[in-house]
Amino acid sequence: MMRRFLNALQQRTPLGLKQLKHDPIRLLTAIAGITFADILIFMQLGFADALYKSNTQYPRALQADLVMISSEAKNFGQLSTFARRRLYQSLDVPGVQSADAIYLGSTQWRNPQTGQETSMLIVGQNPEQPALDLPVVNAQLDLLRLPDTVLFDQASRGDYETVIAQVRAGVPVFTEIGLRTVAVGGLFEVGASFSDDGALITSDQNFLRLFGRRDAGAVSLGLMQLDEAADSTQVLEALRDRLPGDVQVLTHAEYIDFELNDIQSESPIGFVFGLGSAMGFIVGVVIVYQVLSTDVNSHLGEYATFRAMGYRNAYLLGIVFEEAVILSVLGFVPGLIIALGAYQLTAAATALPLAMPVSRAISVLLLTFVMCGGSGAIATRRLQAADPADIF
Amino acid sequence: MSQNFSIVVHQLDHFFGTGKLRKQALFNINLEIAAGEIVIMTGPSGSGKTTLLTLIGGLRSAQSGSLRVVGHEICGATENDLVQARRHNGYIFQAHNLHGSLTALENVQMGLEVHRRWAKADRHRQAAAMLEQVGLAERMHYYPGDLSGGQKQRVAIARALVSRPKIVLADEPTAALDKKSGRDVVDIMHNLAKQQGCTILLVTHDNRILDLADRIVYMEDGRLSKQPEPSALP
Repeated sequence: MMRRFLNALQQRTPLGLKQLKHDPIRLLTAIAGITFADILIFMQLGFADALYKSNTQYPRALQADLVMISSEAKNFGQLSTFARRRLYQSLDVPGVQSADAIYLGSTQWRNPQTGQETSMLIVGQNPEQPALDLPVVNAQLDLLRLPDTVLFDQASRGDYETVIAQVRAGVPVFTEIGLRTVAVGGLFEVGASFSDDGALITSDQNFLRLFGRRDAGAVSLGLMQLDEAADSTQVLEALRDRLPGDVQVLTHAEYIDFELNDIQSESPIGFVFGLGSAMGFIVGVVIVYQVLSTDVNSHLGEYATFRAMGYRNAYLLGIVFEEAVILSVLGFVPGLIIALGAYQLTAAATALPLAMPVSRAISVLLLTFVMCGGSGAIATRRLQAADPADIF
Repeated sequence: MSQNFSIVVHQLDHFFGTGKLRKQALFNINLEIAAGEIVIMTGPSGSGKTTLLTLIGGLRSAQSGSLRVVGHEICGATENDLVQARRHNGYIFQAHNLHGSLTALENVQMGLEVHRRWAKADRHRQAAAMLEQVGLAERMHYYPGDLSGGQKQRVAIARALVSRPKIVLADEPTAALDKKSGRDVVDIMHNLAKQQGCTILLVTHDNRILDLADRIVYMEDGRLSKQPEPSALP
């Protein structure tokens, strides 16, 4: 069946291809239109994905079996706080091995290199216990015991080359956060998010020094490790029974979903990027339709002649869809290449994690086929005008 | 109806439009054309010549009467039967109607591709031989845009005849050509058709080519008369 089809395809005169090649300007217009539409879609999807990823990088990096957050928590940036004694209470539940507090806050820091103030996320963690699944950080936990010392995310947005070079060379860099002077003692790498230009990790004690108005009893996040033998569902249920309604306990995976869900439903950005992709798609449909219907119109006489010679309407439909498929591929390839370049540029300029997963390339390719096929289907309505009785 | 006739038209009427706008275009047409005969149909414009040609060619469906083409009744035939019937005819139009994106060779082989009987290489070989016969061996790979009017019409003739049709239907094939190339074109068509033994029905106003005909029929106001008054000829 497939072989017969391929054989038929090989025996057929590739009329669609020849028509497209015969009018290079029209071909280029169509390719440019599709490429543009594809780039637009790629960028929108890339931004949306980068938004999701960058805003869940720290939630993803947490090293915990269970996560405790306030029941008022909205997202990582607005976690609210809950009483530290809920963590102590959780230790009563059999199976819970440890429960550590994490303090989170956003503040302005002065870029030591440029002297400009930018917004940084500050993570305060227990220096005795790894809280994040970041080996580079966990190897430098000793540094955090020093007062007013922080680890700096070297993928932060902004100019930090000399700072990074200096810290690497082992020379601490000093800067200001609020009224305090802090030392950048070490580096790690995660990346910026939309809300913060970068991040600092420090000890819980240092955190409380930097945020003088925060109370040690009001924590942002609780990280719980379970005994190896413990059944997490059972422990989870026991914790939910034991603890009052002002906190919620989630598995790590549930907590990541909670963050993603919040971004997708609460922030308008998911919708905005979805709309942007749809606009790109529509632009593509309009351009391809214009090109294909002009092409059909300018060949109506020839098509009518073919019908007079005994070709069926299906043959003419085949020409239009052949053109649609060729245009899809010719438009998609440069679209993909330019989008890859634009991802690199954008990633370098914004420190956002933009990447091109194969699945996205495939889905945009399929979308391009739908776009061109749909336009082709609308354009074929004009074929009705190719009446063989009118050509004599 | 004898098998010796390739076209038999019997009591054919044709109407255009519906309701109050319904207008009769052809009245009781009776015409028999023998296999291999060359018939020229002439008459003033608007007399229904082209309508009759499109009906015989299966480009329009016949409404009443009888229309047998190469032994097949096509009056009241389905669209599918008409498509099949068209494949047995060669058409030559007033305008050459070649496909501008295809070379002369590719245009000619389109007349074979529709039959789905020959492989691509075979089609190209036959098309090349045909182009040689119309004297365009050197211009095989030219696009229609690069050929003169007479050359384009010769390619069109090659396309119409390459599949060796039983019937060739031509509508004003010389209308767009000067005297010399018009004459060349009809001579080529005439010789090839004689060689292949095919029937030609040719509509024309051009009385310089009337001498080709075995028979001339005259049409006026939708009616045929087989013996036109010499003074009535255009």
